Amino acid sequence: MVTGGGTTIDAPSGRPSPPEDETAPAVRLTGVRKSYGPVVAIEDLSMEVRPGEFFTMLGPSGSGKTTTLRVIAGFEPADTGRVELHGLEVTGTPPYERPVNTVFQDYALFPHMSVLDNVAYGLRVKGVGRRERAEQAAAALAMVRLPGVEGRRPAQLSGGQRQRVALARAIVNRPRVLLLDEPLGALDLKLRQEMQLELKAIQRELSERITFVYVTHDQDEALTMSDRIAVFSNGRLEQVGTPGEIYERPVNEFVAGFVGTSNVLERDGRRVMVRPEKIRLLAPGEDAPGAVRGVVREVAYLGSVTRYVVESERGEKIVVLRQNLDTSAERVLQERGREVRLEWRPEDASVLDHKQQEAEA
Amino acid sequence: MTGSSRASRIALGVFTALLMLFLFFPIVIIMLYAFNPSNIQSWPLPGLSTRWFSPTWHNAEMRHALWLSVRAGLFSTAIAMVLGSMAAFAVHRFRFFGREAISFLIVLPIALPGIITGMALNSFISFGGVEFGLLTIIVGHATFCIVTVYNNVLARLRRTPSSLVEASMDLGADGLTTFRYVTLPMIATALVAGGLLAFALSFDEIVVTTFTAGAQSTLPIWIFGNIRLGQQLPQVNVVVLFVILLSLIPVALAQRLTRDTGVLRQAAAPAAAVP
Repeated sequence: MVTGGGTTIDAPSGRPSPPEDETAPAVRLTGVRKSYGPVVAIEDLSMEVRPGEFFTMLGPSGSGKTTTLRVIAGFEPADTGRVELHGLEVTGTPPYERPVNTVFQDYALFPHMSVLDNVAYGLRVKGVGRRERAEQAAAALAMVRLPGVEGRRPAQLSGGQRQRVALARAIVNRPRVLLLDEPLGALDLKLRQEMQLELKAIQRELSERITFVYVTHDQDEALTMSDRIAVFSNGRLEQVGTPGEIYERPVNEFVAGFVGTSNVLERDGRRVMVRPEKIRLLAPGEDAPGAVRGVVREVAYLGSVTRYVVESERGEKIVVLRQNLDTSAERVLQERGREVRLEWRPEDASVLDHKQQEAEA
Repeated sequence: MTGSSRASRIALGVFTALLMLFLFFPIVIIMLYAFNPSNIQSWPLPGLSTRWFSPTWHNAEMRHALWLSVRAGLFSTAIAMVLGSMAAFAVHRFRFFGREAISFLIVLPIALPGIITGMALNSFISFGGVEFGLLTIIVGHATFCIVTVYNNVLARLRRTPSSLVEASMDLGADGLTTFRYVTLPMIATALVAGGLLAFALSFDEIVVTTFTAGAQSTLPIWIFGNIRLGQQLPQVNVVVLFVILLSLIPVALAQRLTRDTGVLRQAAAPAAAVP
């Protein structure tokens, strides 16, 4: 492009070339396979994690998500394939030379060391002086909102506190990528939800420098925290996308069923998925073109919402969620056995692709 | 209800007391005999005296036997600590051909009757033309000392989550640094406890020693020989008194060390921030 009497610009210039490729993905896996004897844990996996994002690997146990994490960390060598961190190949690099740190599921705190020594461990093996170690460790503990426990042993802390120490121990080293292996799995529900928000806040604070790669089997956790989610099943990647994409446009029945509740229906020879909350129960006497007629088979009053199971004329069992805005438990429970019509907007019906059928064939 | 449970508690208490009495009464008696002024063992003691302590201490034969036992114990314990912990690491960390067989063979000497180990070693050493003495005693003792170290260290390794080593590597420590800062401190108490037990085993061993010592006498052999001859019984009693007192130390230490996984003094809460 020529501007005025000036020069032709081919490429952006004037910026010093970075030591590593800043546009490269934080993590890139290419054709990674890992098996344990006859058991294939991950099969031909290719995936990219963008710098600074909160990336979640979601799947049931045995789906390969933890193995993938361990391959990125360097604990497990990949049988085949390539692992890159910020454009640098690390496929054969031992864990202690990779710019990543891990928060373990069991926290893996050193029981014979104080909290301070635990957090400062990474700095200590790097040769950082004692005073600076203590300062940075204290700063990291303050960041995870756990100041003043430096002198205690891990055994003297509660589960939630240990979790925070494990997090501080990892982030104090300023890794490029932080790997978290179901870090909230051992906490009770309330604490877990609290920590989800805190983790997300910490990630936002650090996202300029640190990319979070998070493993969980909890779909709510994945939806709450992630920028993007990768859904795993049987050692394969089923779908990668934002929480919205995964929830609203699942590519196949597995993703639709694993993340949230879904109704998979056959329409015009294609399989479509509709979320229960997108379906409207028409008022008695109300009708709409294309409405589905059915009979209410089950009603479950869940407080803020009511869950209906409607059997359609075609014999499909359709789950419908309705908010209890102007109704009562007494009234909804009387709706069992009633004839109803169901309606949903065409754009809320997501067509599932043919991958599932190919896999079954 | 409470009456019957109280009665059974009393019965259990009495039974336990009798059992303890049966176990420890003879030991108390033998300890008292060390203070017997007479050289004839008779009951009740004619008085209490320490007149045999000095001649025992100056008995050259006894001293030689004691020194031999100490050296045999220290060397076989050292060998056991090195080989036993190495074997424990290998069996714990790697999957290799013959792993189960090796594990079984290491533990076997403790189950095998000492007389068989002794006979086998004796014929093997004679066959090899090696002179019987300190070296052969150490080799004989090491066979069963390795087991105690091996078992202790292996048990500790199995109780130590593998994620600790991974966490250390993840935080930038290579294999050697990880061993120094994480693995060794984790197994240290088990290693020492195993070593103390090994020394205790070696120090009072008599069956295997009989077959491997040749003309040498370790302390247990010296005691055994003198009880049979009966001439130096008062001195034997004094030696026994001190052996009992000394052997309490390692056993108590070993128990204390293996009681938990190194997190001692939980109650001694928030210590100063920086050590």
